[in-house]
Amino acid sequence: MKKLTKSDFFWAFVRSNFAQGSWNMERMQALGYCFGMVPILKRLYEGDELKQAIKRHLEFYNTQPFVTAPIIGITAAMEEQRANGKDIPDGVINGIKVGMMGPLAGVGDPIFWGTLRPITAALGASLALTGSVGGPILFFVLFNAVRLAVRWYGIKYGYTKGTDVVQDVAGNKLQKLTEGASILGLFVMGALVNKWTSVNVPLVVSQITMQDGKVVTTTVQTILDQLMPGLIPLILTFICMRLMKNKVNAIWIIFGLFAVGIIGYGLGILK
Amino acid sequence: MDLSSMQIIAIFIVSCVAGMGSVLDEFQTHRPLIACTVTGLILGDMTTGIIIGGTLEMIALGWMNIGAAMAPDAALASVISTILVVAGHQSVGAGIAIAMPLAAAGQVLTIICRTLTVFFQHKADSYGEQGNLRGIDICHLGALGIQALRVAIPSTLVAMYIGTGVVQDLLAAIPQVITGGLQVAGGFIVVVGYAMVINMMGVSYLMPFFFLGFVFAAFTNFNLVAFGVIGLVIAIVYIQLNPKYQVMAAASAAGGSSDSDDDLDD
Repeated sequence: MKKLTKSDFFWAFVRSNFAQGSWNMERMQALGYCFGMVPILKRLYEGDELKQAIKRHLEFYNTQPFVTAPIIGITAAMEEQRANGKDIPDGVINGIKVGMMGPLAGVGDPIFWGTLRPITAALGASLALTGSVGGPILFFVLFNAVRLAVRWYGIKYGYTKGTDVVQDVAGNKLQKLTEGASILGLFVMGALVNKWTSVNVPLVVSQITMQDGKVVTTTVQTILDQLMPGLIPLILTFICMRLMKNKVNAIWIIFGLFAVGIIGYGLGILK
Repeated sequence: MDLSSMQIIAIFIVSCVAGMGSVLDEFQTHRPLIACTVTGLILGDMTTGIIIGGTLEMIALGWMNIGAAMAPDAALASVISTILVVAGHQSVGAGIAIAMPLAAAGQVLTIICRTLTVFFQHKADSYGEQGNLRGIDICHLGALGIQALRVAIPSTLVAMYIGTGVVQDLLAAIPQVITGGLQVAGGFIVVVGYAMVINMMGVSYLMPFFFLGFVFAAFTNFNLVAFGVIGLVIAIVYIQLNPKYQVMAAASAAGGSSDSDDDLDD
């Protein structure tokens, strides 16, 4: 009876932090996944069986890196059963991997890249702008605490629940989490578009000298601010979204906005 | 400012870690907030590093690798722009402006490295046929090493030549209208990142929450923590009240486990 030990899982956990190290244009995270499985395969197989197992885990694979954890757990459980004589064909193990990477990325991308990182990073950055070292530290600690917990418990969860995880992914628990995270993310994005941008159009519309001698200058920006502060960044955000949906590379949009900045500054429209 | 050889070695190590972070996307050592701070610390002015990091982080907020799409590279941009500002005596605004072309260059370099890594993938296949697990490890970590050098080599070169004044002369040749314009653009360039995040979420039916956040920010003085808490509360209430989940809960209760049936019978 071959049994995976606690230290096998620990090392699989440590290695899974390097999952994307050999990300390549052909099979993406394939080698990285195999790298994570090495302690498990080493425990369970030798000889020809080992060669076959390595081959299984070098197949095309790509998902959001943190949600790989439950998949590692599940395949570890399946490999363990297979090593103990249960008839699990190669295709089934691979099918689980390929079948889960899509739905899990659909959960992982909005939660981690769309909500957790932008929010912790914006929080850290707003502190950092005052020169406080607390900003970077806060970001680093918060983000990595969540990430490492997801990795560690994800592997355990996948291992104990096995293929039941597939049902959880399709069920409403994760759907609730994804939808909730999206709401939080979008709400904070709305606030950021308004607060953490600055546009100033100093074109003078009118200049009135009051009776007490005070000069009141009205610029385009004052009018826009009376209407709704942050209107220009909002419009720019929607233009960017539209351009990206039409597959314009982000870096070109950035250069385009730089051009707008330089021309606007040169003509005195922007300050 | 001439850098000591210790400083240059430290820059090499830190840029290696940033380069690895860029491909791994795990510990976030490639993010401006971390990379700029540590680079600033090495060069003896951490506070400036933190401020550059915070400014760049806001711009890079939405830069992420989704599926097979590569984002602009924050690692190269962070390390080199911090060197230029702290050791090259440039303004923070100029540093931010220079960071953008560097991010584009970094993006091209990582795509080249990720293509070269196909070779390591195939090498791993042949080690796999021999059942050689050590070989698999070497291939994987070798590919990671290339990504480290991708950022470390250009960064270290800049660190070595910053003392000669060549870099400064080049930067000083940029006319005022460009640097001023870039600084102005720095104020709204961040929207690109925000747009990336919103697009990635791909939930247009939840956009009302975006507008709610926008209007809240327009007419209040709340800080980000307050926005986080309010957003969280709204999200929880939305999920609790959403009929979609109530139907699902009711359905699963109706066809529920035998345990609950027994409880009802008793």
